[in-house]
Amino acid sequence: MKLSKEGASPFFTRIGLARGGVFIVALIVMPQLFPQHWIWNMMFFTVLYAAMSVSWNLIGGFAGYPSLGHAAFFGIGAYAMAAIFKSTHLLTNGWQPFFIMPLIGLGCAILALPIGLIAMRTRADVFAIVTITLLFVAQTLGYNLKSLTGGAQGAGLSRAPFRLDIFEQPFYFAAVSLLLLAMGIAYFITRTKLGMALTSIRADEDKARGVGVRTTAVKVMAFAVSVGITGMAGGIWAYYLGFIYPQFAFDPLITIAIVLMTFLGGRATVWGPVLGAAILMPAQQLLAYYVGGSQIYLIAYASIFLLIMLLLPRGILPTVLSKRRLASLAKQGNMSGISSTPAITGGSNS
Amino acid sequence: MHTLIQGVILGVLTGGVYALMASGQTLIFGVMKVVNLAQGAFVIASAYLAFTLFTQFGIDPLVAVLITTPLMFGIGVVGHWLFLRPLRREDATELSILITFALALLVEGILSITYHTTYRSINTSYANKAFDIGGFSVSAVRLYGFIVSCALLVLLYVILQKTRFGRAIRATVQNPQSATLLGVDSNRVKAYGFGLGIATAAASGSIYGLLFPFNSGSHYDLISRLLSVVVLGGLGSIGGAVLAGVIIGVVSSVAAVTWSPTWSEMTFFVVLLLVLLIRPQGMFGRVERGAL
Repeated sequence: MKLSKEGASPFFTRIGLARGGVFIVALIVMPQLFPQHWIWNMMFFTVLYAAMSVSWNLIGGFAGYPSLGHAAFFGIGAYAMAAIFKSTHLLTNGWQPFFIMPLIGLGCAILALPIGLIAMRTRADVFAIVTITLLFVAQTLGYNLKSLTGGAQGAGLSRAPFRLDIFEQPFYFAAVSLLLLAMGIAYFITRTKLGMALTSIRADEDKARGVGVRTTAVKVMAFAVSVGITGMAGGIWAYYLGFIYPQFAFDPLITIAIVLMTFLGGRATVWGPVLGAAILMPAQQLLAYYVGGSQIYLIAYASIFLLIMLLLPRGILPTVLSKRRLASLAKQGNMSGISSTPAITGGSNS
Repeated sequence: MHTLIQGVILGVLTGGVYALMASGQTLIFGVMKVVNLAQGAFVIASAYLAFTLFTQFGIDPLVAVLITTPLMFGIGVVGHWLFLRPLRREDATELSILITFALALLVEGILSITYHTTYRSINTSYANKAFDIGGFSVSAVRLYGFIVSCALLVLLYVILQKTRFGRAIRATVQNPQSATLLGVDSNRVKAYGFGLGIATAAASGSIYGLLFPFNSGSHYDLISRLLSVVVLGGLGSIGGAVLAGVIIGVVSSVAAVTWSPTWSEMTFFVVLLLVLLIRPQGMFGRVERGAL
């Protein structure tokens, strides 16, 4: 929580580097300690959703444009993967799809550019409208472009030739790389002018434009990067499952899950969405194990979301941090530090 | 040519129902500046309600409107009080979108557990009847649905134009601050305005249930259509929503008969994209501060 003397914080701080290092080591070591398949499976989904939440946060949290269409890009990524590696295609090297992944992400990002340009001409309302409609259109295409997607019968992918006892591990580490990429981008955003630009768009877009922020470029770029990562997550997911259906690839549940994770942990922070995913995904897996049935998730997710919005609208991390900050300031008897703390760095500063 | 005119007739009749749904949606936006993503879910919930009333008690869906509408009005007022009123922060717009989205999913989850996800349709005695008017076949359900929709739209118009409550709503739409200064209780107007919007959803839900088979997931399809209608008409303009409802009804129905029923669903999205490209504020929308 120390603010540097000059007022501007350095790009890397020692404690920040230590925290990141511990996190990476934990991601690598933790599943080794519990080598059961279901733990790997749960960790895989947790990390995958954490990556998507962090990426949603770039546009939905920092810039304040709540996208409801991320599930569309998740599905597009998944079906792109399915189209490249059809089940008839025999893989000689199981790692090959992971190397194709960045291309899929790039494709999703390029696809997002015109959509973002049109949807973000007006304010957040219309953006939400376009993105939710996009989800429906993508779903309709998933069902009806039968030659490409196989329609409701689903699409099969080539089977990953990994040893069965360590089957989940390559996917897990692919998801971890994606999460680290997303967090790296989020961290970069909080530490550079870009973050200021995005936050200023959320606060007052007209004023931001007035003082010279290139609002259109910044927000369309944030949207493209965000859905690019989500598309890659879709690709990993499809390869992991080996068989995908439109109703699961273009599932509004994915959108509400990543939005909920972001809001639970704390939006516009680097660590918030990760925390949210770490709480919710294991909870969902346990719920699935004990109760089953995705309608229950719908009700559970929606109710938890409504409760959080009413009781903890800022999310866990910002609430805890601001309490701690106030307490430490009160101890020093120095209240002048509050106003000089940049709001955007929220959970990530120090 | 015959199929084309047939398509136009069908489109106008269906468009009437969309006009009713969309007028509620745009009313809510006008009063509260909230895009209500739960509107479709409330339409489907009312369709299920009409379905239950019909199968259990034999009440005709068009009569059931008298029961579902007040009920949904109450649910709307309570929903506003519970979830939307507490939002008084600067990012209320953004949060209210997410809250109504969560509400939609909550309603969908409850419906899919109560009624399962199989498609339902309400088969009244006149479900398959059709009139022959000048060589064109007009199905009875659609005609009755259209008439009831028009009657309800007129009722909505009278409420908004002729009552004190309506005047308070219109004042709030035009200028919330001046309305408050002149003694309009903005919280009450917002709550009742939201309730009124949900009540129109309830009324159109009964008719929707008569016209189309539906399941708990139908609200995604519906909300995309409704939002396209509302954007075309201009967010906040009720007259615009009615006109846009009929226009989009006709366009998609003509696309269905001349091209393909599967892809006619896409016409909504095409219209939405065109509007945003050419005239983002819609036909009758005001240019708000902050919009380009």
